[in-house]
Amino acid sequence: MSPTPNWLRRRSPRPEAATDALWEICPACSERLYRKDLDQRLRVCPRCGHHFRIGSLERIALLADGDFQELAQNLVTGDPLHWVDRIPYPQKIANDRARSGLLEAAVIGLCSIEGVAIGLGVMDFSFRGGTMGSVVGEKITLLIEECARRRRPVVIVCASGGARMEEGAIALMQMAKTSAAVERFSDTGLPLVTVLTDPTTGGVSASFGFQGDVIVAESGAAIGFAGRRVIDQTIRQKLPEGFQSAEFLLEKGQVDMVVRRSELKSALGGILRFLTATAVPA
Amino acid sequence: MNVIVELEKPLTELEAKIDGLKKLNETQRVDFSGEIRALEERAQQLKREIFSNLTAWQRVHLARHPKRPLAMDYIAALNGFVELHGDRAFRDDPAIVAGFAYLEGMPVFVIGQQKGRDTKENLYRNFGMPHPEGYRKAQRVMRLAEKFKRPLLTFIDTPGAYPGIGAEERGQSEAIATSLRLMAGLSVPIVANVTGEGGSGGALAIGLGDHIIMLQHAVYSVASPEPAAAILWHDATKAEEAATRLRLTSDELFEFGIVDEVIREPLGGAHRDVAGVIRSVLAADRRALDALTPLAPDALVDRRYEKYRRLGAHAELVHDRAAR
Repeated sequence: MSPTPNWLRRRSPRPEAATDALWEICPACSERLYRKDLDQRLRVCPRCGHHFRIGSLERIALLADGDFQELAQNLVTGDPLHWVDRIPYPQKIANDRARSGLLEAAVIGLCSIEGVAIGLGVMDFSFRGGTMGSVVGEKITLLIEECARRRRPVVIVCASGGARMEEGAIALMQMAKTSAAVERFSDTGLPLVTVLTDPTTGGVSASFGFQGDVIVAESGAAIGFAGRRVIDQTIRQKLPEGFQSAEFLLEKGQVDMVVRRSELKSALGGILRFLTATAVPA
Repeated sequence: MNVIVELEKPLTELEAKIDGLKKLNETQRVDFSGEIRALEERAQQLKREIFSNLTAWQRVHLARHPKRPLAMDYIAALNGFVELHGDRAFRDDPAIVAGFAYLEGMPVFVIGQQKGRDTKENLYRNFGMPHPEGYRKAQRVMRLAEKFKRPLLTFIDTPGAYPGIGAEERGQSEAIATSLRLMAGLSVPIVANVTGEGGSGGALAIGLGDHIIMLQHAVYSVASPEPAAAILWHDATKAEEAATRLRLTSDELFEFGIVDEVIREPLGGAHRDVAGVIRSVLAADRRALDALTPLAPDALVDRRYEKYRRLGAHAELVHDRAAR
């Protein structure tokens, strides 16, 4: 992975990195992997190609040309339902902030990918499972609106368990809000490219996730509307091999392409250049 | 087991007794009117006792009551309903009913989620849980509404979009996502009625509109209480608490600005006066359409955009301690 740019150091380091285990086990092939080596390989298992999940900051470092400028960085959620389950919602948020070093489950900003100026939104599964509440909905909407004003394409990298239950119907309505923003954005003639990474489900896949003009899935990502467990419990029959994997969705005609992490940036660059070019390159 | 059906058992028995006495009164010489009056007073009192302070959980069950009016009951009360079938690609999904009709002379397109009345019907209707082809049938009708410049009425009553293998293979996410986008951009008025259960994205997929009407005891939430309990408490028996915490009642959603109008139900729930409830819902629909129809198409779409743009509970962090 490319060296961490300055803006990424602004927030606390990820604690996993702090308590750095030297070795990690690949959950797919059980290979013991040297952590530094794994990091250098963009956290893809050199033996079986399993893509480990990566955070929003790592994803931005991977995709942006080193010029990422964050927008709406200080947006934080309220607690509209005064939610308590096993612990109060504000406590969950505080815990996730401390653990992830992030303020919320999405980071948005302006940058370029292979020289094409875009707006980039990246979700982070390590914060509340990447769920969409008020802040994620607002940030995605702001990003799309800002890009319409600046006449830039939008790229959104999804990683989410769906709508955030602790914000109830207000979280559900973020699906409507972001969908309205995408619909309005489409009038500008600018492209929206969505990248579905592990996992993309529920209210995020069923709103902007599957509203991209081009939909890219990262290799091995679990993508679907309902979670695997819910389907299991509902139908009580064996699920097909590779069910809800990126490759399965490609075969079923649900995504445009499956791309390995190492090729993601160049794939996006190619798509964005084609969709924004005013003339055919010689 | 439906907790309301259990709760109202003594009332139902009492009402049966009153009916019996009334019949006797007509055919026999003996005058039972005194007894009838006393029993009727008792029934009224019982109804108040049972229904005046319903908990969120009881309201969830009222929304799922087996006798509650269903989407087709409202649609059948319109004039000259013609049903349109199929998504033109895979099959006709019976969990979604769509077509056109007249609302007091006004031509409208309608879409509703249809549950069944009994087991056989529920198997046919898949308990009101649509597959992607159901949402794609709805999309066809939305496009027709746009093309022929007719307003759109929807009736929401679903536990959620169906979680199954075929549904995933055929793109449940894409189907819902496309419906949401389509509804956001329609240049005709959309009035959505939450009449029963509004379960998650599967409900919202026909529920994005200009005026959202909700029956008093309907519920509408990001997830049904049972799965919410399983996910958040890791304990499905916490569904009752989840129902309270989710703030899924009509008054709470009205306060959040998610619902624009609440229609009161008779004491005991909509099934105690089906015809009356249908009349008030359709009258509210007509009032809403009369207010929306004069708006220019662009103004209508902008107004809808702003309506959803406002929804959220977020703020700028002043002291960024967590971020350091």
